[in-house]
Amino acid sequence: MSIPPDVLLGEPLAADPTPDPPSGASGVGSKAGARTAALWFYARKLLAAVVSFFITLVIGFVLFQLMPADPVRALTQGRPTSAAQMQALRDSLGLDKPLWQRFASFVGDTLHGRLGFSWQFQEPVASLVGSHLWPTVLLMGVSTVISVSLGLWLGIRSGWRQGSVFDRISSGVSLTLWSVPTFWLGLLLLVAFSVGFGPIPSLFPADGMSDPSIAAAGWPHVVDVARHLVLPVATLVLGDYALYVSIMRSSLIDEMDSPYLLTARAKGLFDSDVRRKHAVPNALLPAVTVIFLQIGGIIGGAVTVETVYSWPGLGYLTYQALKVPDLPLLQGTFIIFSASVIIMNLAADVLYRFLDPRVRAQ
Amino acid sequence: MTAPTRGRTRAEEPAGEAAAPPRYAALRRFARGYLRRPSGIVGLVMLLAFAVAAIVAPSFIHPHDLDVTRASGALMAPPTGSYPLGTDENGRSVLLLVIWGARASLFIGVVATLMTVFIGGTIGLVAGHYQGRVGALLMHVTDWFIVLPSLPLAIALSVVLGQGASSIIIAIAITSWTGTARLVRAQTLAVGARPFIERGRALGASDPQIMVRHVLPSVLPLILVSSILTIGSAILAEATLTFLGLGDPTTVSWGSMLNSAFAQGAVTVGAWWYLLTPGIAILLVVMGFTLTGRAIEHVLDPRMVDRA
Repeated sequence: MSIPPDVLLGEPLAADPTPDPPSGASGVGSKAGARTAALWFYARKLLAAVVSFFITLVIGFVLFQLMPADPVRALTQGRPTSAAQMQALRDSLGLDKPLWQRFASFVGDTLHGRLGFSWQFQEPVASLVGSHLWPTVLLMGVSTVISVSLGLWLGIRSGWRQGSVFDRISSGVSLTLWSVPTFWLGLLLLVAFSVGFGPIPSLFPADGMSDPSIAAAGWPHVVDVARHLVLPVATLVLGDYALYVSIMRSSLIDEMDSPYLLTARAKGLFDSDVRRKHAVPNALLPAVTVIFLQIGGIIGGAVTVETVYSWPGLGYLTYQALKVPDLPLLQGTFIIFSASVIIMNLAADVLYRFLDPRVRAQ
Repeated sequence: MTAPTRGRTRAEEPAGEAAAPPRYAALRRFARGYLRRPSGIVGLVMLLAFAVAAIVAPSFIHPHDLDVTRASGALMAPPTGSYPLGTDENGRSVLLLVIWGARASLFIGVVATLMTVFIGGTIGLVAGHYQGRVGALLMHVTDWFIVLPSLPLAIALSVVLGQGASSIIIAIAITSWTGTARLVRAQTLAVGARPFIERGRALGASDPQIMVRHVLPSVLPLILVSSILTIGSAILAEATLTFLGLGDPTTVSWGSMLNSAFAQGAVTVGAWWYLLTPGIAILLVVMGFTLTGRAIEHVLDPRMVDRA
């Protein structure tokens, strides 16, 4: 939802790209020592991810189990219920047990994939989440790949010629796109290209993920889904790519004064070779880390954009849950969103170590 | 994102102005540096225009203009003479709604930012000052919050807290203080290494005294810049949450206008005036805050010019 302004401003990258040296690295230099160090590194990152997930569970428990005044009343809202029925429901939900027991069973249930029972769909939350997961993965995956590629490419072009006309236009466009809510871009694209506006005919379908009149298999189905994908992906790319531009741009600018670039130029390399073979690989590393750190903010785009386009994913499910409000479903999507962000961050740490030999050498 | 004034601010380093009373001289130097940045002036003008419109709105917009039952215009009609920006689904003037909406959007943006900066500033200051276990713990908490997906968390918070402006404000503050905390901590660490802090300590100042009297004043300019930039993202967050229907349904804000436009089928009708107007208002205000914040940042720290 909110992009931290310091990233967009191209301040020195906040994230420290180099992880702390592993504490257990006793025999650095030897091969076995390096392997121990690597194991320590992964173990610590894994532990940190587990702790983060535990914190998420605590927050989820406080938010959805403790803070709502009386779940039973919310559940039976508007229906005639006797006191005995309410008590039975309370017992079945385990609301009268001590706090730690409720938390323990909550954690146990979550870890076993029992995410509760949706009030409005009358279906287990886990199966709802399962059936809505892939549309979101498809939408966010395609849009992230496109916006990261576009952002890195534009960021390299802008950062290499800082202050050039290209840089200034690109910055202006980025600033403008950053200043509007992503869902609003979605609404505009919807009017312009799906409903059709003025001379523009309706170019792309935008209601859901596929046309029910086309058989859900084979090549026509793929084309149909791809056509439905165009506008939501375009919206997310417009909303997010500017962030990657500024990350890549400031990362490249940080490298600009490095002595190795001077050396490369002194060797008489072409400007494009200096950029491609020397500056960009070094600038990419911190950029990749920061990009992964942004995923927690980016994933919010799924909620609004899926809502605008009725895309049947987790974001739209969240929207349907908040309208009721359907607390178990909301809790389920919250946990799934958090877990995916934690997993992506863990992946970033592993990937970073894999990409950057300097980290491994430590 | 560079304005074309690159390098000029650096040349204006204070040299011969030490004779004037330092505080006023600094202020004057700041104003002069700011006025030299066209983008900053543009941003400030945009902000002032919206702020003035929001403040004087009650003098020319009467409650019955906003009353659904007394609206007299055609329903969702395109712009005409008496309704320069068309009407909404109840026949109210979109122009008046958007001006009135500035009040809620700016108010929530500013209050949420104050809360964000208060939480983030306090945590950052304490974490930077007490560098032992306390600082480490606070930074761990900050890191946990950074990875949490902010919109789902904000949605969960405002659903649980119930519809209304105050829950939106709390939701925004709780999901966005981490940036300020890290920024303030970094600055506190930098300031803490300076000799005058050590001098204060040698003279027997207590920790709270050092934090409030010595560190805070050095961190304040940074907090100011960061909060101006945060208002922009808070307004975007407010628009997003109210668009999803989490706001107070009786209050007009830009987010709630887009919410009813979407819900009442402005998209299918192609009611561009109803969809465009609130979005452009958001665009101008957020851009105004960003340009202003950046201009202040560049004037306060000319080295930034090279970076971005």
